[in-house]
Amino acid sequence: MSAAETRADITDNREGMSYLDTLPRRVVTVYIPLFLIVFVLLFPFYWMGLTAIKPKEELVDFERANPFWTWAPTLEHIKDLIFKTEYPRWLWNTMFISVVSTVLALIASVFAAYAIVRIRYKGASTVGGLIFLSYLVPPSILFIPLSTVVYQYGLFDTPFALILTYPTILIPFSTWLLMGYFKTIPFELEECALIDGASRFQILMKIVLPLAVPGLISAGIFCLTLCWNEFIYALTFINTHANKTVPVAIVTAFTDGDQYRWGSLMAGALVGSLPLVILYSFFVEYYVSAMTGAVKE
Amino acid sequence: MTDAALPLPRRAPIREATAWDRLKTNRNWLGFWFMVPAAAFLILFLAYPLGLGVWLSFTDTRIGRPGEFIGIENYEWVLGDSKFQDAVFNTLFYTTIASIAKFAIGLYLAILLNHHLPFKAMIRAIVLIPFIVPTVLSAIAFWWIFDPTFSIVSWTLKEMGWRTTNINFLGDTWNARWSVIFANVWRGVPFIAITLLAGLQTVPPSLYEAATLDGATRWQMFRYITYPLLTPIIAVVMTFSVLFTFTDFQLIKVLTNGGPAGATELMATMSYNTAILGGKIGEGAAVSTAMIPFLLGAIMISWFGLQRRKWQQGED
Repeated sequence: MSAAETRADITDNREGMSYLDTLPRRVVTVYIPLFLIVFVLLFPFYWMGLTAIKPKEELVDFERANPFWTWAPTLEHIKDLIFKTEYPRWLWNTMFISVVSTVLALIASVFAAYAIVRIRYKGASTVGGLIFLSYLVPPSILFIPLSTVVYQYGLFDTPFALILTYPTILIPFSTWLLMGYFKTIPFELEECALIDGASRFQILMKIVLPLAVPGLISAGIFCLTLCWNEFIYALTFINTHANKTVPVAIVTAFTDGDQYRWGSLMAGALVGSLPLVILYSFFVEYYVSAMTGAVKE
Repeated sequence: MTDAALPLPRRAPIREATAWDRLKTNRNWLGFWFMVPAAAFLILFLAYPLGLGVWLSFTDTRIGRPGEFIGIENYEWVLGDSKFQDAVFNTLFYTTIASIAKFAIGLYLAILLNHHLPFKAMIRAIVLIPFIVPTVLSAIAFWWIFDPTFSIVSWTLKEMGWRTTNINFLGDTWNARWSVIFANVWRGVPFIAITLLAGLQTVPPSLYEAATLDGATRWQMFRYITYPLLTPIIAVVMTFSVLFTFTDFQLIKVLTNGGPAGATELMATMSYNTAILGGKIGEGAAVSTAMIPFLLGAIMISWFGLQRRKWQQGED
């Protein structure tokens, strides 16, 4: 390390001492790498969006026009998607299944988390550990036996096959997250309520839940994205075309080998991700706290 | 004074607690009632299938036909199958390379984001988008980017004069492996970066100031301050990352479907192809059950790695 560099190296990446960094140095060590990484992270979405609005003839012709831009945007692919396929139905399925299983999972996790943290029955900490372990069981191991279970229960090919199995992915995570939130609510509030004769159920409903709303939003948003993202169960348990969710339907619907299918594929992917991205943009902070909260515990 | 004159109100005798009262108020019973919904889901659709999966792997079940116990025959068949050996190799290769890359780039990105930046909150929100968008949908975008004839990457490289032919991203054994690893890393980096960033923000700045006064270099500060303080969170994040990379299914299913000629077949996709498409539930269950020892191993390593760290730091 040269002497000149050493001077600059005695700096730190914290805000407090960042005045020691010169601007050119920051450009090279921070802004350029950051720009490159963000560019790579976002490029597939740009490409997805661009392909979705490109006219058909430009899709596979890179000679006459620059492929990175289009001067004749068209809604043709999106129109085809909505009016010529069952896409609205798939989108509805995805939303319906995601919302219902998120709600189910949240209800179950609120009770479980409260019981583990505050009722502290015998063996509560063991149960907490088991729930964390069940978080580590990946769906790829479960889908084969689950498909036979779903078949036995008579749920095969119905939305309930997914509505009832998704909570197993969501409950461990959201219970763990809510446990963290419930721990931060002062015990004294509950003691007062107990003395006033409130039952545990009333305490949970009227005192704990209103105070844990940010936790509920975090858990809800995260669960919703997990459901939307789920693939292997949806692929295995649903057969009828109309009952499929967006990720499964889109993979199976447009793989007919037509070279212009890319427009509809990208339009489908774009329309399928937009609701989530819009929702996420409103709740970024909650989402981040859900992600980091579950890991930190 | 007047107290004494007033007649005492008659109190009802304290009622014996009935069995119903016990069920309503006893700590353990109450805990039990509160656990019922979550326990029902987890037992019916998680614990039971997990056990059932292990059992199925010892039977010759087919789709639509219940099987009989056949001992370890499935495992003998699976272990002797060269496709399975390839799948194990692919899975280990995929997991190792992708996890290392995700960790390195994720940590680097976290450190970059921890700088004092303009629009920091917005950049952080943008960085997370690949993690929000459903994997299958972004995998479709990659499928188009990796197209053998109309790949934008090939086109750009040709325009810049670095190549003369198109790159056959998903049609060549090693190209396909690297392409799916790239897509996996792309999808996983945001999660690791944002969680590690949360860890970085808890490191007290005074430690860096003290180290600066002692003349520590940037690398020394990272090695002796940042890294040890981040270890617990790194262990948890990497356990998750390794687990979900090892059992990855969606990305492979969309991008290559295990091809070309099984070059990217992972254990998860193989178990799907065997059990659901091939109808051999027993063999498929054996393939997916064979993942469990690897997963347990990964959990153990990160768990005990974490413990040893704590012991070294004297946080017994």
